[in-house]
Amino acid sequence: MEPSIIIAVASIIVAGFSTSFGAIGPALAEGRAVATALSSLAQQPDASATITRTLFVGLAMIESTAIYCLVVSMILLFANPFWNHFISQSVGK
Amino acid sequence: MRLSPDSLIFWQHGLFKINATIAYTWLIMLLLSITSILISFKLSKEIKRSRWQNLLEIIVSKIKKQIEEVGLSEPKKYIGFIGTLFLFVAASSLFNIIPGYEPPTGSLSTTVALALCVFVAIPFFGIEEQGINNYLKSYVQPTFIMLPFNIISEISRTLALAVRLFGNMMSGSMIVGILLSITPLLFPILMTLLGLLTGMVQAYIFSILAAVYIAAATRVRKSGQSKKVTS
Repeated sequence: MEPSIIIAVASIIVAGFSTSFGAIGPALAEGRAVATALSSLAQQPDASATITRTLFVGLAMIESTAIYCLVVSMILLFANPFWNHFISQSVGK
Repeated sequence: MRLSPDSLIFWQHGLFKINATIAYTWLIMLLLSITSILISFKLSKEIKRSRWQNLLEIIVSKIKKQIEEVGLSEPKKYIGFIGTLFLFVAASSLFNIIPGYEPPTGSLSTTVALALCVFVAIPFFGIEEQGINNYLKSYVQPTFIMLPFNIISEISRTLALAVRLFGNMMSGSMIVGILLSITPLLFPILMTLLGLLTGMVQAYIFSILAAVYIAAATRVRKSGQSKKVTS
């Protein structure tokens, strides 16, 4: 197999795996966080402002891990440094 | 497919180039400052006031209240910084409804610049509030062993701030771009709507996190003082 095909196949497969596996953990965590926030909202509706603000900040923190995986897979798909390096080398020949 | 508006170049002369990020950043800055200057030209203290003044007052008082709820007791001092962050990020994602526009926050350089502003502002406000010695002492707060961890957390949260905003904005426009090639008509509109929502949430989160970090940097002295008073 040519090296270009190996790089392309590896990047595409790893990009898919990175987003799909990276989304599992944050999805579970966000579900737990929202469920807990909802039950505490039902118990204490007076504290809704504080709970909502803390929930949003926490969700952003949790979500950022999924976003990192997405950024990695986007870089692999659209701005792959190894691919660009290989292309520039093969053009140089 | 473009990953960021950095690669869309409008004008280039030698090393100097004006890409979409710079152009749209300046456009938003001009728009925000010109509208606020025009509105604040004729402020009235009477009961009868223009609707634009009402709009500005609502925005400013809401931001002030949010800053106060985070724990900064003097919101007037911080509203210039945190409110500007919020308005810039919110406006840059709100203008997404205009065709041909790309949010400048979808480029990593813009978000890194914003996060670096927060990175500089935290010690600035902290030193201003509690003096340089007390601020530096907060790095070795529980024990001396925590010094590297405190520094690492300072850097990593700045990085997280930048990459979070970039990832959200970039993924929004990227998903619309991908969906346009699969289902051309209806779905991209819905995703744009979702993108507007996430843009607002991200603007809120960015400014709230900045406020929380500044509050954490300025609050240390008060707990230390109360400890001294009790002991």
